[in-house]
Amino acid sequence: MTDVFIVLFGLLALVFAGVVLAVRQPMRAALALVAHMTCLAAIYACLNVHVVALFQVLIYVGAVMVFMVYTIMLLDDRDVAYRRRFSATLAPGIVVALVVGGALLRLLGPDSPPYQAAQTPASFSFATFSTEFMARYWLHFELATVLLLVGIVAAWAVIREERR
Amino acid sequence: MMGRYELLLALAAALFAMGLFGVMVRRNLLVVVMSVELMLNAVVLSFVAAADRTQTLDGAAMTFFIYVAATCEIAVAMALLVLLARRRGTLDLAAEQELKG
Repeated sequence: MTDVFIVLFGLLALVFAGVVLAVRQPMRAALALVAHMTCLAAIYACLNVHVVALFQVLIYVGAVMVFMVYTIMLLDDRDVAYRRRFSATLAPGIVVALVVGGALLRLLGPDSPPYQAAQTPASFSFATFSTEFMARYWLHFELATVLLLVGIVAAWAVIREERR
Repeated sequence: MMGRYELLLALAAALFAMGLFGVMVRRNLLVVVMSVELMLNAVVLSFVAAADRTQTLDGAAMTFFIYVAATCEIAVAMALLVLLARRRGTLDLAAEQELKG
């Protein structure tokens, strides 16, 4: 049953990704991207990786996409870029996407060896994940906070540049 | 018969290729950034598939750092987009001709 849901949400994720690429208005593309990310969160929930599903909804859909929607609202909707969708590199783009997608699928191989899963139980519940994460990755976590701080400073510097 | 791991990796490959296609062919900078997000999501999916297969923490932990990088990227990208839109009056990539090397 879980596999049925994974296939269903996977197909929906593919459809919404196609909508992102096909529609003209960025607001519609952003809403399709939100739907795409929600489908991926559903897949993660089906896989019992609830922590990542939570991250996906809270960080990506809740923060990143809302930020993107606000930015779209700041911009002029009479922009010429809203009318013309594709650049002159449409044909090479199709070829490159097919070649890269085909190469990645080929890497999977028709007969990848069966993997013996670790005998330990899955540790993806929120409490277990948090404890193990902070025990093993606390330094990386601190470095990530530094990266976030750098991101804030960079965005602030760009805004200052705009005011000049 | 395709297993769950292969299915998820095939989905991730398809999504990555679609994101790459969007980066190459779309004219609007905003949609190009959204296509980059599609590619990032494909990478997250492949990490989660690996975590599900191996039943270890590492794949899921890596997604946390991808989310942090994506958040930083989007904060800077959106500020740059607004700056470019104000300066050039358009988000059309054709207006950024001087970026040619």
